[in-house]
Amino acid sequence: MPHDTVSFALLCLPFAGAALAWRMRHRQAATWLAIGVAALALGLSLAVRPWLADGAVLRTVLPWLPSLGLDLVLRVDGLAWLFLLLICGIGLLVVVYARYYMPEEDRLGRFYGLLLAFMGAMVGVVTAGNVVQLAFFWELTSLLSFLLIGYWNQGASAREGARTALIVTAGGGLCLFAGLLLLGHIAGSYDLDAILAAGDAVRAHPWYVPMLVLVALGALSKSAQFPFHFWLPQAMSAPTPVSAYLHSATMVKAGVFLLLRLWPVLAGTEAWFWIIGGAGLASLLLGAASAVFQQDLKAVLAYSTISHLGLITMLLGLGSTLGAVAAIFHIVNHATFKASLFMAAGAVDHETGTRDLRRLGGLRHVMPITATLALVASAAMAGVPLLNGFLSKEMFFAAALSTHRGLTVDTLAAGLAVLASMFSVIYSLRFAVGVFLGRLRDGLPRTPHEPPYWMRLPIGLLVLACVLVGVLPAQVIGPTLDLAAGAVLGEALPAFDLAIWHGVNAPLLMSVLAFAGGCVAYAGLRGWFARRETLPLLGRFSAQRVFERVLALLTSTLPQALEPAYSGRRLQPQLRVIVLAAALAAGLAMYGTPMHFGLRASAVDPGFALLWLLGAVCALGAVRQAKFHRLAALVLVGGAGLVSCVSFVWLSAPDLAATQLLVEVVTTIVILLGLRWLPKRVAGLSPDAPPARWRRYRDGAVAGVVGLGLAGLAYAAMLHPVANSASHFYLENALSQGGGHNVVNVILVDFRGFDTLGEISVLAIVALSVFALLRRFRPAVESVGAPMQQRLQGATREDGYDAGGADYLRIPGLIVQLMAPVIVLFGMHLFLRGHDLPGGGFAAGITVSVALVLLYMARGARWVEARLKVAPLRWVGLGLLLALATGLGALAFGHPFLSSHSRHVVLPLLGELPLASALLFDLGVFGVVVGATSLMLVALAHQSLRQPRAPTDAGKEDG
Amino acid sequence: MELVLALAIGVLGGSGVWLLLRPRTFQVVMGLTLLSYAVNLFIFCVGGLRLGADPVLREGAGLIEYADPLPQALVLTAIVIGFATTALFLVVLLASRGFTGSDHVDGKDGAP
Repeated sequence: MPHDTVSFALLCLPFAGAALAWRMRHRQAATWLAIGVAALALGLSLAVRPWLADGAVLRTVLPWLPSLGLDLVLRVDGLAWLFLLLICGIGLLVVVYARYYMPEEDRLGRFYGLLLAFMGAMVGVVTAGNVVQLAFFWELTSLLSFLLIGYWNQGASAREGARTALIVTAGGGLCLFAGLLLLGHIAGSYDLDAILAAGDAVRAHPWYVPMLVLVALGALSKSAQFPFHFWLPQAMSAPTPVSAYLHSATMVKAGVFLLLRLWPVLAGTEAWFWIIGGAGLASLLLGAASAVFQQDLKAVLAYSTISHLGLITMLLGLGSTLGAVAAIFHIVNHATFKASLFMAAGAVDHETGTRDLRRLGGLRHVMPITATLALVASAAMAGVPLLNGFLSKEMFFAAALSTHRGLTVDTLAAGLAVLASMFSVIYSLRFAVGVFLGRLRDGLPRTPHEPPYWMRLPIGLLVLACVLVGVLPAQVIGPTLDLAAGAVLGEALPAFDLAIWHGVNAPLLMSVLAFAGGCVAYAGLRGWFARRETLPLLGRFSAQRVFERVLALLTSTLPQALEPAYSGRRLQPQLRVIVLAAALAAGLAMYGTPMHFGLRASAVDPGFALLWLLGAVCALGAVRQAKFHRLAALVLVGGAGLVSCVSFVWLSAPDLAATQLLVEVVTTIVILLGLRWLPKRVAGLSPDAPPARWRRYRDGAVAGVVGLGLAGLAYAAMLHPVANSASHFYLENALSQGGGHNVVNVILVDFRGFDTLGEISVLAIVALSVFALLRRFRPAVESVGAPMQQRLQGATREDGYDAGGADYLRIPGLIVQLMAPVIVLFGMHLFLRGHDLPGGGFAAGITVSVALVLLYMARGARWVEARLKVAPLRWVGLGLLLALATGLGALAFGHPFLSSHSRHVVLPLLGELPLASALLFDLGVFGVVVGATSLMLVALAHQSLRQPRAPTDAGKEDG
Repeated sequence: MELVLALAIGVLGGSGVWLLLRPRTFQVVMGLTLLSYAVNLFIFCVGGLRLGADPVLREGAGLIEYADPLPQALVLTAIVIGFATTALFLVVLLASRGFTGSDHVDGKDGAP
């Protein structure tokens, strides 16, 4: 099997497993599936190992957006491989453990689905060979961790913890995304290998520091580093298997993984040292000190995780190669002992029913095996010799001693390292001695027993790993560490010695000091530790509280303060704000743009001037009449529309003129249909109050400014010479490529067919919205009865509301009935000639719907529907499908979506005919336009057929 | 010609905006219609004004003898979409009138 297949399978397998497990209702089946997937993933990871010899990098490239230089790249090197082992190996153990930990009534399908998906996302993060891809999987892990932490979503604390974790890590992820985009921009490629090769250029770039800050925000928030550490203790309300997986081995390790991944590019500068090293040191101390004062078993582990990750971060921040090696080593060690400790804590919780350190004690009498395992694991955490934690801690001390940043910093760093190490001895003692040694306490919620074998086995395997690494480091972990560190450091890999005994040297003395100090402090102060809840001195300054304050400010206080100022129930001021903002935006765009208002213009045609005098009178008349004389205003607006239609003819745009004219007709009909539902308004009934007059002056000023601005802008635009417009391309290629003479139509249905497809979809959506809105339409009471005119002309029968009375509109009705087929024929004509002469699907569609609506108006809805079956929804649907099918048809012939084909065919009788596949697309457009237009018109027309509501009902709603 | 059309666009746009700011829903719909005329003409005129030069290809004519087809194609779809939005607004207007019993933009006759 080639390595591409293996890496690809490794990425897809967990997601496939997740999809399968998600809906499973059978606990046992879900467990077996999850175990199978995790074991297979582990096997695949192990199978990759032989290809990685000699520092080879496995790349699998799947083209994604080659035009943007973006490919899906799966990149497996030593570092990624080490993480793959952690992700899949600990994943497998957690899956087994969870089967026995989770309550019996949980069917586990959803749980394993989420867990496997999380595993897949982590695999995606570590194998990403492209930083955009990395950011994607990064956010995916945040999202899935949210779901996993909040798995027991009945509990408020679980929901809150999940929310905090999501906000912090996903927010950090956004910063990271911005930082990675910057990084890609600086390096000139988003490909990881290209970025890794551009290290010097990146560090010298002026944007290095902002980019570093953004990347650090992402990595530090993910790894729960100061000042973002507070989400991790909150996340302890997650089920324990989730904590064991996410908060020891995977999720929180993603941050340090990223720092390691980018270490060759970013590390080694002053900014890197202070930001990364500083955050690491702060977390190391703060986490360790806080862990000492926790009373909850899992909280101790959470704070200790913060501290250990701080140690790793600080090692990376030092910028020395030895520090990087130590960091990788400690990542592995921490993952093993912390995962086993979480599982042990879960076992204790499971058996006793409590996690409170003050209530627990002496559990070795009832669960000896678990107690032994937990004691060994906590010894590893404390850094006891012959266990893995000791080795990486020694390396940490050595690295801390070998930094040279001036005397103060050096001494301080070494001293603080010992101090933090001392704290870690104390909390390890509290965890181990407090819970398992001493006298068995009474009054536990449950009577503890040894947990089931399959719950102890994962703990046992992890503890075995701790011991093996601790006793035989060079043999067990040496080659793997070499491989992983080689992938990060390349040629610069330092010589390091993984021996247990280096002789009596400074690191050993520091270890002894920390160990002795920790033991003494624990023996002397254990009572004091147990009485407190928070850290002395610093306990009052809680990052958690700051976060909550900021969150409350942003989501509640600030919006509430702003809401009255910027929003409200009144739409009129909002419209004014929109208009003003648009005017301002246009003004800003105009400002500073060179504009020519010269008089190069062509001569004014007096006819055209006269035409627009008429147009202006119409527009201003409509303005004047719109309040009290709606019909007059509608006619005047129509007049202005006709004038602009004539202008289109005048200015060489016959297509526009035809469409405008037809749309004008339909718009007028639509509004006419709606007019009868509006309340009567009589001039002179409400005299203008002074504020109203003032408001009109103000709006007049706004309108004047907008009008003047538009006129100026239009004038400048018309005088601006158009150079190199895309239009030349269309004019040149319309006939040869589109097979049509009418360039406008060819653009619509061929060159820019995709835009048109979007357009007709919008049209269809609008028509459906209109239809849906009108289905629930309730007219106001006073407009329910037949209008006065109809009553006077005897149009209605006594009982109904149908305008189908015998003599009503007889002559116009007859004329319309005779004309309707002619209009439809004209529409067909417009459609067929559209590709070569003015016309086309839009115009033809509107023409046909005009015929239909004229029939409705003249004969009434019942008359038409008794004789003609119109199914507008079907027209819309078929039209859309036809347009889409034409586009897809091109795909079937191996051309891009919507490309058209044209040919001239000779038919008997008809002669030579130009046929283009775009004609079919235009037919789809035609169908959608006919359907949408008639859907709206018919829905409006149908309102008159409704039975009036019962008066009591109406009275209620109106009151 | 340019000056006339620019003034025309200004008048249509100004009238449209004024109506847009009025309190009655019908006035707003009319204003939107006028404003869309103005905007359509504006987009159209950006390609420059040509007389007697339809963008329909003829035998033996040079490219320079045609009007710019691109703004025309843009405006053509804009006209149709403009119609659709007008219809949608009209229906929203009717629904709002039915629900609130008033044809004021804000749903109640607070101000004239």
